[in-house]
Amino acid sequence: MPDETSVCLRTSGLTKVFGAGRQKCVAVDHVDMELCEGGVVSIVGESGSGKTTLAKMLLGLINPTEGDIYFQGKKRDIRTQKKKQEYWRNIQAIFQDPYCSYNMFNKIDAVLLDCIHMRGGRKLPRAKKTEMMAEACSFVNLKFEELTNKYPFELSGGQMQRLMIARIFLLKPKILLADEPTSMIDACSRATILDMLMQLRNEIGMTVIFITHDIGLAYYVSDVVYIMEHGKFVESGCADDVILHPKATYTRRLISDVPKIHEVWDLSTV
Amino acid sequence: MKDVALEWVIDMKIPRLEVKELTTKYITRFQENIYAVDHVSLKVEDGKSLGIAGESGCGKSTLALSLMGYYFPPLHYTSGEIIIDGRNISGMDPDDVRKSILGTEIAYIPQSAMNALNPTQKIINFIEDVVQAHDPYKTKKEVHDLARSSFETLGLPAEVLQKYPVELSGGMKQRTVIAVSVILSPKVLIADEPSSALDVTSQKMVIKMLKNLMENGFIKSMIFITHELPLLYNVTDDIMVMYAGQIVEKATAKEAVFDPLHPYAKGLMGSIIVPESGLRNTKLTAIPGVPPNLKNPPSGCHFADRCKYVMPECKVTSVGLREIFGGRAYRCILSEGELREVYSKEAYQNAR
Repeated sequence: MPDETSVCLRTSGLTKVFGAGRQKCVAVDHVDMELCEGGVVSIVGESGSGKTTLAKMLLGLINPTEGDIYFQGKKRDIRTQKKKQEYWRNIQAIFQDPYCSYNMFNKIDAVLLDCIHMRGGRKLPRAKKTEMMAEACSFVNLKFEELTNKYPFELSGGQMQRLMIARIFLLKPKILLADEPTSMIDACSRATILDMLMQLRNEIGMTVIFITHDIGLAYYVSDVVYIMEHGKFVESGCADDVILHPKATYTRRLISDVPKIHEVWDLSTV
Repeated sequence: MKDVALEWVIDMKIPRLEVKELTTKYITRFQENIYAVDHVSLKVEDGKSLGIAGESGCGKSTLALSLMGYYFPPLHYTSGEIIIDGRNISGMDPDDVRKSILGTEIAYIPQSAMNALNPTQKIINFIEDVVQAHDPYKTKKEVHDLARSSFETLGLPAEVLQKYPVELSGGMKQRTVIAVSVILSPKVLIADEPSSALDVTSQKMVIKMLKNLMENGFIKSMIFITHELPLLYNVTDDIMVMYAGQIVEKATAKEAVFDPLHPYAKGLMGSIIVPESGLRNTKLTAIPGVPPNLKNPPSGCHFADRCKYVMPECKVTSVGLREIFGGRAYRCILSEGELREVYSKEAYQNAR
């Protein structure tokens, strides 16, 4: 049991219900999770299991129907816009679809400049700001000089996702919520993006919540894995335990559905 | 007796689909030529499946369109031969191809199969259109019977026929598209990333369906395009790795995954993620850099700029596909022995 000080995000009985009456749909059902500082946690589930709804509640984009979120030991309070912005300085996200993660009317340097301003760097000299942006871009292997006058939609999907990581590099949040950051990207660039994320995590010591449907990916990156089915956690624990010795039938099914290379992939179990 | 023997000989001699040195290009609005498929040769025999791997933008989908003879601007045919069942279709008018080849000889499952269905039509009406486009004299009743029996054998519920595409889930939509594409009993099926938009369980269902199609003889051979290597390894017999419009490695699935020769193929295999016990100890290797712009391709090896083992002569001499034992081929300036030596040296250094 981790002691109270190292837990930076905790939820108790978090529930989200959409609709009412016969249309009622419980997307997230009494979820308890704990996030230790500096750890990587994965939430794995199929489409429709409520992963993204949970992520949105953690981010404060939608309000939970029931249950509480505790941030750094205190109950999270984001009732006013000012407090919300304060909260978002600590928690940031990378979304699944890089194509609609940007404001398409802003040029790339404006996107990055916003991040510096958000960290309180509004009064810095211009040269310093440019230097910071260039540093962030070089961290993700992009050339800042080539990007300055471009719009986000002029980049490829992989480049956009890397620019997203550059934003995180500038913002230095305490918690990063990565919602399927590599599912729209081909296998080759996926390795690059994962490497960068993990390197960034080591550099600024943030906590990462990784949301994915790819159980292999979750196993590769995370320390703790939560398996989610129909809004509930069916299994949780250390990555090695959960993936190599799964107990819940749902986890077993998820693992058996992923194509393997060293073991036989049994197609008869669908 | 004699006839059977003769048939067997013919079967062995003529592959179902043969492509020789096919080159196709895109012409941009500034009249620049982009050779997206560059001297590609391949052969698919009966009962075999061929996988095509490569990162996005390497020409996998263009190759698929090209080998169906489906040329619409900006895609243009340049040179090479496409032979289906002994019939050369290269240079044929795309409209003729659509009428006489597509659906009956080759069927294609597009990448966005989810959007391939007409949202305003029931599935059964869509199938009517498909069948009647090839055979206008078929009555509605015949089409309905055909559709029902075909869906039954493929293990899809018959209620699907009376539904609109929006009423179906993603996985079901994908399987419906596959069922519709094989309804005219094509010989070769080209599946272009049929499962990349699905979650793992639906993906498995789609793969199982494709495998069943092969085993039950609905289709004779299959070409499967994806960037997911573990999937390719499990589905196909042979794997071809493409890079910047060219084939860089051709091998059986096992060789391609466990013993790749070309440096690019080697790098690609280093990015495999599977939930198996050894995964957390291996380090994923990403290939740095981006593919070359094919508007003005490099004069030497296309991969030279990103290759770890690049030598000065790589940038000037262009290399052809080297055939080695057992139908394997790769495109590199180094010989097989030299490549293996380089790899084992690197592995030794990494271990230290």
